[in-house]
Order: sequence, then C-alpha cells, then structure tokens
Amino acid sequence: MTHQTLLEVKDLRTRFHTPEGIIHAVNGISFQIREGETVAVVGESGCGKSVSMMSLLKLIPQPPGEIYSGTAFYHGEDILVKSEQEMEDVRGKEIAMIFQDPMTSLNPVLTIGRQLTEALREHLGMNQAQAENRAVELLDQVGIPDAARRLHDYPHQFSGGMRQRVMIAMALSCAPSLLIADEPTTALDVTIQAQIVELVARLREALHMAIIWITHDLGVVAGMADRVIVMYSGFIVEEAPVEELYDSPSHPYTLALLAALPRVDRRRDQRLKSIPGTPPNLLLAPRGCPFAPRCEFVLDKCRQENPALTRITANHQAACWVDVKTGALR
Amino acid sequence: MTAHTSSIPQLTDDLSTPPLTLWQMGWLRFRRHKMALAGVVILILLFVFSFGGMVFYSEQEANFTDTSLRLLPPSVQHPFGTDTIGRDILARTIYGGQISLFIGIISVVIETLLGILVGALAGYYGGWVDSLLMRITEALLNIPTIFLLLVMAKFFGNEIPEIEIGGRVFSGSVIVIVVIIGATSWMYLARIVRAEFLSLKENEFVLAARATGTSNAQIIFLHILPNTIAPIIVSSTLSVANAILSEAYISFLGLGVQPPTATWGNMLDSSANYLDSAPWLWFFPGMLILLTVLSINFLGDGLRDALDPRSRTV
Amino acid sequence: MLRYVIKRLLEGIPLLFFISLILFLLMMNVGDPIATMGGRTITRPEDRERLKRQLGLDKPIIVQYFYWLAGNDWTNVDVDGDGVPDKQGARKGILRGDFGTSLVTRKPVTELVGERIPNTLILMVAAEVVTLLFAMLLGIYSALRQYSVMDNFMTTLLFVAYSMPIFFVSLASMYVFAILFKRWGLPYLPTVGMFDPQVGKTASQVLAHMVLPVFTLSVPYFAAYSRYIRGTMLEVMSQDYVRTAKSKGLPRRQVVYIHALKNAAMPIVTVVGLDLPFLLGGAVVTERIFAWPGMGRLFFDHVSRSDLPVVMGILMLVAVAVVLFQILTDVFYAWLDPRIRYD
Repeated sequence: MTHQTLLEVKDLRTRFHTPEGIIHAVNGISFQIREGETVAVVGESGCGKSVSMMSLLKLIPQPPGEIYSGTAFYHGEDILVKSEQEMEDVRGKEIAMIFQDPMTSLNPVLTIGRQLTEALREHLGMNQAQAENRAVELLDQVGIPDAARRLHDYPHQFSGGMRQRVMIAMALSCAPSLLIADEPTTALDVTIQAQIVELVARLREALHMAIIWITHDLGVVAGMADRVIVMYSGFIVEEAPVEELYDSPSHPYTLALLAALPRVDRRRDQRLKSIPGTPPNLLLAPRGCPFAPRCEFVLDKCRQENPALTRITANHQAACWVDVKTGALR
Repeated sequence: MTAHTSSIPQLTDDLSTPPLTLWQMGWLRFRRHKMALAGVVILILLFVFSFGGMVFYSEQEANFTDTSLRLLPPSVQHPFGTDTIGRDILARTIYGGQISLFIGIISVVIETLLGILVGALAGYYGGWVDSLLMRITEALLNIPTIFLLLVMAKFFGNEIPEIEIGGRVFSGSVIVIVVIIGATSWMYLARIVRAEFLSLKENEFVLAARATGTSNAQIIFLHILPNTIAPIIVSSTLSVANAILSEAYISFLGLGVQPPTATWGNMLDSSANYLDSAPWLWFFPGMLILLTVLSINFLGDGLRDALDPRSRTV
Repeated sequence: MLRYVIKRLLEGIPLLFFISLILFLLMMNVGDPIATMGGRTITRPEDRERLKRQLGLDKPIIVQYFYWLAGNDWTNVDVDGDGVPDKQGARKGILRGDFGTSLVTRKPVTELVGERIPNTLILMVAAEVVTLLFAMLLGIYSALRQYSVMDNFMTTLLFVAYSMPIFFVSLASMYVFAILFKRWGLPYLPTVGMFDPQVGKTASQVLAHMVLPVFTLSVPYFAAYSRYIRGTMLEVMSQDYVRTAKSKGLPRRQVVYIHALKNAAMPIVTVVGLDLPFLLGGAVVTERIFAWPGMGRLFFDHVSRSDLPVVMGILMLVAVAVVLFQILTDVFYAWLDPRIRYD
C-alpha cells in the first residue's frame, strides 16, 4: 500500500464579511493527508474545523464568505483555484463529505434511491438500471435491510442512524479517495454512534480511503484516528499521532481537553474539570496567542506574540511558547 | 505541578456593547433600510401636500365648477389640468388627499381595534369562544373583500347625511366607507394576534400574573398585549395601504365616497372615458395613490425587518 | 392521506353553512327586502302586509334561512298572501341550485352567472399561469444572484409593481399600448370587450382582447410571487440538503432546479390557494375597465341596480369556489409533500 501524500494544504485562510465586522474563521492552517490515513480534527464549536474543510471543497457561500489565501494540492492540482464547474468533478468523485445532521442533510422531497443514483449517473456515467443496482448494493453494505424496496422511500421514513448510513452510502458511492466526515455522530445516540464509527472503519479498509474526521469528542478520536490535529480559534495548535497526543499532549488546550474528559477511574466526588473563560470572539484578529485568556500556563510573551507551530518530535508539533511539562518557556 | 491561580480573563472590552432594548435595536436596523427611510420621507411630503396645500387653495376652489374651463391640459394656472366639469385638479387632489388619507388611517384604527379584540379573546380564552370567533373570521376571509365592500357601499352608502365640521361639508359616505372598510379587513390582524396570544399565554409571566390574582382583562391588555405590539404595528401600517386602495377601488367604481367630496379614488371615476383625450384626469390622482401605497409598503417592510426579525421574507 | 382529504372536506361543510348564514343575514338587512324581492316599491300598508306574507318574510329568521337553503316546494306556503298556507311553494333552495331570478332581467340567476363564469375563468387561469411562470423564472434568477446590482434593482422595481393599484396598471397600459401605439402607427391592442363584434368570437380575437386584461391582473401578483419565490429559494438554498447535493458534485442546474426548486415551490401551492379571493376582486375592477363580459362585471352591474338575488347568488358562488379551491390546493400540497403523503 502506498502512502503518498494525497492532499497538501498550505496557509488556508477563510473569513466572513458580516454587518458586524469580519469574522476570521480560518487563520492560516497547513496540513497534509496521506493516502489511506485517518486524521481527526478536534476542537470546540466555532474553532474553524468545519469551515476549513468546507473551504477545501468550496462549499462556503462566497459572499459572505471568502477563501482569501492558501493552496490545497490534491493529486498535483491546486483545488482552491478551480472553477465551480471543475470543482463539480472533484466533489463526490474524488473528495466526498458527510455532514452532522442526518435529519436535514437529506432532501425531504426526493427518494433516497434518487439521491443515491444521481451521483452514480453523474460521475460514473451509469444508466438508471445500473445505478439502481449499485444503489441497492451500497445500501446493503451500509447495513440497511430490505434495500431494494427502501430505494423508493423518502428520508423521513428512516431513523436518524439509518439516515446517516444512507449519507455514508451516498458519499462512498463513487469510491472517493478522501472522505471528510463533519461530526457525523454528534447528532446520534451513543449506541448508534458506535455502529456508525465501526461502519466507516470497515468501509475505509475496503476502499483504502483517507478520512478527515471532524469531531469535538476525543473518545471517538481514540478509536478511529491515526493522527490528530487540534484546532483553536482558526489556528492549528497541535498535531500528533494519536497515541503520542494522549501520552504527551504539548499544548495547554489539548491538556485541558483531555483533562475535561470524565473518566471511570477517577474518584466520584471529584469535580469535572472545565476550561475557564469563553470561546474567543472571532471578530477580533488576536494579537497574542488566542488561547492566552484561558490558559493555565500563560506567560507575558503569550499575550504579545502568537506562537507558530514548533516541532516537538518527528511527527509532533505544537504552537506554544511554554513547555507544559515544566511550565517555563520552551 | 505548581498551583496557578488562574483568574477569569479580562476579555478586551472594545467590542462589547451594552444591551439594547427592542426599540433601540429596531431603530438601528430601521435606519439601515434606505427604502424604508425613503418611504417615510415620501409619506411626510404627501401629508404636507394634502394638508399644507390648504394654504394655497381654498376648498371653494376645489369644488368650483366652470364648464367653460372643462378638460384643460396642465398649464400654469391649472398645474394638473381641469376635470370634466371644469374643476382644478390640483386643488381637488389636495382636498381629495385629505379624505383618502383620513379614510386610510381611521379605517385601520377601527380594523386594528376589532382585530385585537377578536384575536385576543380567541387566543386567550380558547375553547368555544375561539371556535366561534375563528369560524366568523374564516367565513369572512373566504368572501372576497371587494365584493363585500361593493354590496355594503351600495346599500349603506346613503344612510348617513352630510356632516359639517369646522365650516366644511363632507358627504356622509365618508363615514360609511371608513366603517365598512374597517369592518371587512380586521380578519388578518385577528389571526396574527390570536397566534401571538396562543403562544404567549403559556409563558411564565402569565402564570405569575394569574397567581397574584390579576384579572383576565388586565392580563390580556396590560401583560400579553404589549408583547405583541411589533407584529401589530407592521400589520397595521401595511393595512393603511390596503385601506386606501380599497377606498380607491370602490370610489373608482362609483360606489364609494360621493361627490362633490373629492377623494383620489373617485377622481378616477369616469376618467376611463377620456383616456386618450385627457390622460391627466387619471394620471395625477393615480400617481398619488401609487406613491402613497409604495411609500407605505416601503415603510412597512422596513418596520417588519426592524421589529420582527423572525419573518424574513426577503 | 385520504384521511386528510376527508377531514378537510368535512371541515369545509360547516364553514360553507356559516358563510351562507352570514350572507343571508346581510341580505336580509340591506335595502328593503320587500321592494327588492317584490320587484317594486310598495307603499300601501295592506299591500306590504300581503307581500310580506307572500314572500314569507313574516316567518322567523331561522325558517326563512331554511327555506332559502332548501327551498319550499316540499311544503305549503302562503302564495296569495291571505294568511293561509295552501299551495306548494316554487323555490328549490340554493342547495339544489335555485338562486332565484334576477330582478332586472327576470332570468334565473344560475343562468346569468353560468353564461359569464367561463369568461372570467379564462382571464383568471391565464393570469395565474402567466404570473407563476414568469415569477418562477425571475424569482430563481434573483435568488441566484443575491447581492448583485441586478437583484437589488429588480427588488425595488418589483416593489413598485407590487404597490400599483390595478386600475392604475389598467389605465396606464391601456394608454400606452392602445392609445399611444395607435397614435404612433404601431399595431395596437384592443381594449373593449372580448372580441370585435364585426369579426366574431374567434380564438385570435379573444386572445388579442385578453392581452391587456391578463397583463393588468398579473402585474401585482407577478411582483408578489417573484419576491416570495426569491425568498423561499434563498431559504432553501441555504439548507443542509442543498449543501449535500453540492458536495456530491452534482451540476449546478440539477442542484437548483431539482433539489432546491422542488422544495421552494411547494409553499407556492398554498399561497395560490389563499390568493383566489384577491384575484377575483381584481377581476371585478379589470372587467369593468376593459368591459370584459365576466362574472365580476355582472356583479358590479347588478349591485349598481340593487339586484339582490344576483348579487347574493354570486357572493355565495364565489365563497363556495374559494373554499373548495383552498381545500383543493391544500390537498394538492399534501400530495406533493412526501412527508405528508406517506404518513
């Protein structure tokens, strides 16, 4: 199996023009995705994880959004400069996306058979009969019983978990090389969550597909990901292979996130640790480190200069002035 | 690990604003709406024209007929021309404007009162009161308004004799028209008010008021009603345009306000016969009606955006 | 879904009865029923008494209402006015289609109205089709170019069109397309009636005469619907499922016209249903200006002449049409929306 670089993103920046001001949603992030690897993108709501990935596929409405800087090389081409028409060839076929809310992400007035076959007919040139057969196969693969009959059903006739399976089937129908999963389990029950995660893992093997899995749930991350990217306020603040991240987190935010996880082996009467303060106001371009107001380890330098990502080990980077093991400047 | 006393951070305060009341927020939003402001300006100009115009033209001049001067095109002496019996059209539009605007506003007052009453009672009490009131409302909604207006205007139009106020004589049909327009347009507001009451009466402040023994009437008018002001204002404003149009329609058809009292609508009556020979007969009154309706619509749209942001129709 | 249809129909029936009651009470209170129903102004008290008994006006209101609804040919009424009910009545009641006879032309109301209904229908159907077609095109166009100069300009223009009173549009369009065109030697449009009596009632004649009235009727509705469709399209285009469709790499046309439009157009059905009363009202004014021989003009002519039976007949008919049409559009909407159809 090759592990070539599939996607290379450099200095991606996205902002939104609103009547109240400019919202700096993504402030220069760079990362790589290799073939077949699963990268989890973690952070609180509003940190820019969804916006950055949707920017890649140009799914941000422009206006009021604006992808104003950066490159994203996929198979040697910068997809950020492609026209809308050219993007139509990339979306669904090369890079697919599944979304958070299965209730609203499927079109209520079209049958799921129609919603499944349209991508097949568009990208793979199948005719209606071929597409329908393939659709039935796909529904089987994702675990929808009685698939042939259910092709003619409408989304409201499925439960939440089943709808998400249908979404997955739709996304994978043309065998994309990269799947972006934007919090696909957040809106589902915990037991269903586990099923969906397991389903995606299984399909990933079969298709040798890379996955960007966006989530705020570190528990999901541990089971699925090879690597983790932690984002805060539109910046990448830490990036590491998953075990290294859990063993030696190097950014105060990552530390805080891990510490906030309720654990079975703690004493019951210990209070849950939460991160003090409030998420940043994205209308302001921050001067120092965006996490400084809430950071346990904050030093004066943090408030004045925004740290860039520095290498900690071969595969581990963090954007922090402070060594969290000692509390002193790195 | 050393213990850090991390204080709750002081966020930069430049961007935090003090909380605004609904009215302040509404005004800010309204100001941004250029069309709405244009509408207000035009309305003010129209009012100045109609009521301020009295300074330049006396009512005698408006009703002064001189058939030797009939159907003259616009000129310096008669800027809007003259009509079929020689009356100066500019003067008539001034006085006609007063009546048209008066009818528009007063009928909306009637309509609003009726609509609030019906809607509040139906929404608050529910049960058979609601059913009965809503049946009546629905029944009237299903009969096209113009049909009802025409019937009522025809048969009640002459019931009230001429009235004299401040030395001026008005045809009694003005009052009739005001009443029937008010009586046939309240249904839309009633539905809106009822919907508001249905949702608001479950709120806790109502429970609290009841628990302290406040009477039903007080709850309805002092507690719940003030919270429904925003959609009422929007609806009533837009209704003024409808009322002016309704009056214009039935006057145009000859069943509205009776001459010699002028309104913009009845000035259009019989203008169709002189369409090619005297286009100024319909152009000026028609234009005035259009401007009035247009500016009210702009204003209403702006008010809706400002006060009721939930209903984004644009 | 069948349950929904039945429910709506059942709801409609009491509503219609309620409307008929309101109209009946209105009828009894306008003008002088004795004069209008008797046919002339009666002044001698003995004659008034006699006529009162003949017309059944001495009976309680409820009974009168009942006779109006169900007729009186199944019972004995006082035909000669002497106080003794001895002969069978002649009225069948409106439930069986007997709306009485016109006081002016002495013809049965149903016959008069029946002649005119098709003419009004032609106008209204044409206006509705034209309106919806163009409104949809313009609404989609505006929604897709949301912040452009063109969009803002069109929004303002439509606002103006929406505020135009119907008679202004009629008179202005008549002036421009008939009179000015004629003056300038251009082919001009006819403005009176449904066809030129010298040429006869041919299809081309009717079509030519239809242009201006239909245009007049359509303008304010077209403006309103365009804005509305623009609004629903904008709302739908920002929905998650449209984002999903885009993310699948579907061509823009498919996303807009199938995924988005199907959802955005559904509420239009309900709005069309609610608009019928206004369209009919507009027809009254338009038919009068263009002398179009339709039901609206019939109504106006007979109101002017205090012909109550015709007036009431038309009012009742119109109300029935409105109620039925709204039920129809609601049912259609329920059929269109799979969430309601398959429940």
